[in-house]
Amino acid sequence: MTITGYRSPLPVGDDGFPSQVRAEWTKFRTVRGWVVGLLTAAVVTVLVSLLGATGSGRSCRHGCTGPVGPGGEAVVDAFSFVHQPLTGDGSITVRVTSLKGGTDTGLEPWAKAGLIVKASTAQGSAYAAVMLTGGHGVRMQWDYIHDKAGSTSPPASPRWLRLTRSGATLTGSESADGAHWTAIGTSRLAGLPSTVQVGMFVTSPDHVETAVHFGGSSSIGGPSSATAGFDQVGVQGQGGPWTGGLVGGGGGPAARPGSSSFHQAGGTFTISGSGDIAPAVGGLGTNTVDRSLVGAFAGLMVMIVLGAMFITAEYRRGLIRTTLTASPRRGRVLAAKALVLGGIAFVAALAASALAFWLVGGLRRSKGDYSLPVSTLTEMRVVVGTAGILAVTAVLALAVGSILRRSAGAVTAVVVLTVLPYILAVASVLPAAPAQWLLRVTPAAAFAIQQSIPEYPQVSTLYTPANGYFPLAPWLGFGVLCAWTAAALALAVVLLRRRDA
Amino acid sequence: MDATIEVAGLRKRFGSTQALDGLTFTVSPGQVTGFVGPNGAGKSTTMRAIVGLDAVDEGTALVGGQPYQSLRHPLSQVGALLDAAALQPSRTGRNHLLWLAHSQGLGARRVDDVIEQAGLATAAGRKAGGYSLGMRQRLGIAAALLGDPPVLMLDEPFNGLDPEGIVWMRGLLRSLAAQGRAVLVSSHLMSELQDSATHLVVIGRGRLVADTSVADLVAAASGDRVALRTSARTEAMGVLAHAGATVAATGPDTVTVSGLDSSSIVVLLGESAVPFSEVSAHRATLEEAYMELTRDTVEFRGSAQPEQSR
Repeated sequence: MTITGYRSPLPVGDDGFPSQVRAEWTKFRTVRGWVVGLLTAAVVTVLVSLLGATGSGRSCRHGCTGPVGPGGEAVVDAFSFVHQPLTGDGSITVRVTSLKGGTDTGLEPWAKAGLIVKASTAQGSAYAAVMLTGGHGVRMQWDYIHDKAGSTSPPASPRWLRLTRSGATLTGSESADGAHWTAIGTSRLAGLPSTVQVGMFVTSPDHVETAVHFGGSSSIGGPSSATAGFDQVGVQGQGGPWTGGLVGGGGGPAARPGSSSFHQAGGTFTISGSGDIAPAVGGLGTNTVDRSLVGAFAGLMVMIVLGAMFITAEYRRGLIRTTLTASPRRGRVLAAKALVLGGIAFVAALAASALAFWLVGGLRRSKGDYSLPVSTLTEMRVVVGTAGILAVTAVLALAVGSILRRSAGAVTAVVVLTVLPYILAVASVLPAAPAQWLLRVTPAAAFAIQQSIPEYPQVSTLYTPANGYFPLAPWLGFGVLCAWTAAALALAVVLLRRRDA
Repeated sequence: MDATIEVAGLRKRFGSTQALDGLTFTVSPGQVTGFVGPNGAGKSTTMRAIVGLDAVDEGTALVGGQPYQSLRHPLSQVGALLDAAALQPSRTGRNHLLWLAHSQGLGARRVDDVIEQAGLATAAGRKAGGYSLGMRQRLGIAAALLGDPPVLMLDEPFNGLDPEGIVWMRGLLRSLAAQGRAVLVSSHLMSELQDSATHLVVIGRGRLVADTSVADLVAAASGDRVALRTSARTEAMGVLAHAGATVAATGPDTVTVSGLDSSSIVVLLGESAVPFSEVSAHRATLEEAYMELTRDTVEFRGSAQPEQSR
């Protein structure tokens, strides 16, 4: 051939992955509708969250602030306490001869009677306790959130209990006969003063009955009480005279004023009590910080549309052919799209969820509404996790859009998979069991990352999605969404490579 | 070797339609190759296969000796205009070129160069949704030129162009080929390629019909016929037929003669005192040559699938 081919004088650019990412970013930012959509998702998240906070005019059933435990978490701390001071090391031993419920509601499974060593009689102060319960045998509990099981001794049979202090270490033991002792557990209570209050306590949590029916579940209940008999009381160490009283009496959570009394006849004590010594849990009538972000599902729907459109718009116009001609390695194209979309969705959603959290918090404080306090780390997890849900779901919509190549189908599919189960479960449309199943298997499981108050086995309440409790742990639930997204992306890449463009 | 397009034994079936049926051809550098055939002949499918958008059932399509999928900086190797309407309507023409440039690691300066080259300077800042088809074609040309590639492949670039635009496009194609680039231009209208293509690849029903230079094709179609203009048509036809020529009346005062060269015709008519005003060698148009070539494949025009069949 006599003709020589053309040689371009231009330097060749770098068409590596960063260039593909840059190209997708240029694509996104040069369509005004998409940028507006992104801002809409953020604004809608904030507005719907604010609307939720304005609409909920909760009165503060537990008082507008509650006691806070040594770990910073909200606690319930109300019980009848017959106590004396103890300075330095020592131990207290008692035999619980009986534990009975009140005449109206019977014996609650988590009614408690036993021994407690407490930093002071102030609510929320550090403690360790050994106890006989209404239905959960012998337990050792300390600092509200810790619970360790002992023997399964029933409340009807007498049980010996002992609590020993040695510095900051508390050891709980139990015995059937007062001669042969078994250790239940040991705890370290940091910052315990040298003089503490030791003695016998009785308490009984709210009675809750739950009716589950189609369309939701409802619960009824109210305070309960328990009465226990004690004898063979022995205190070793530098003690003082016995005092009877209520911790958290009067305005305290779940306390029934006047329900505490104790009789002392010889070496025998009979004590009645009502309340609980436990972490506070969410539920009806309680605000949790995750409720600050109820608008996330609205922003999520906008993100789903945006994510799907980011690729289906290219199919609709035939632009995908231009894209794949410029970048023939198709998996890389989808990866670049996912990275750009996920990145910008995350940034926008993080700004929105942080703003909503801050605004709603301020609004609640100004209205005198009370949210159960949680650690800063938990608050960050809720805020960042919410942004993560929006970003990863946008990428899921992108992958489904690539598979289906149609906006309407992709948006419908992802809304049905993600937003619908969340609304069905959280708005109590479904009974608890199918709601929990949905929140295990669908991408909506990711909303678990918004749960701010953990589930405690030692506290009976309605642990349902409607009350802010998700069946999976926060990061595990988020992992379910990520798994769906990864699977959809993998299928999208396979199909993108296999099908003609 | 020089970067060109080499297509060998391409076969592809869409359902019951054999879109490509063993197509083989090569595009040479330095000339405009017309890629012609009726609608549905498989031109667009072939082009999509060359840039790896459609997978073929059999055969190979190489660009510069490599499958398109394995090219680095593909837009610097092949500039393709496949569908001028493939645009995001709300994105400006300039931003369309900008993301393409970014995908190749090229900058905004190169975008402005090709906007200038394609004559889009005044429209580049407007949303592509408002472009006329002619402006979209120019935007597509700008996109194809972005990587300054040695190979250009344009699917129906004349569609929607006004007469001025057609003249511009012909000139552009010629100048690109003159720089040594291989230029493949598809069209279903032969007249569009007049004055620009110097080589033709003609296909029908996914098969190669002809792979020939335009000069050879026109010469073959013209044959050795001579056009005669005379006021005495009947006498002239009698004289020439008597001398052994094949004569056909083509108008009230025009006659086409074959079997005699023009000087013999002048002598014969002069001897017989038959008046005539013009004797010239007949030259077929490209259109006529193409019709001649595809006369026997024309019957499938009516039944062929539309080109954009999906």
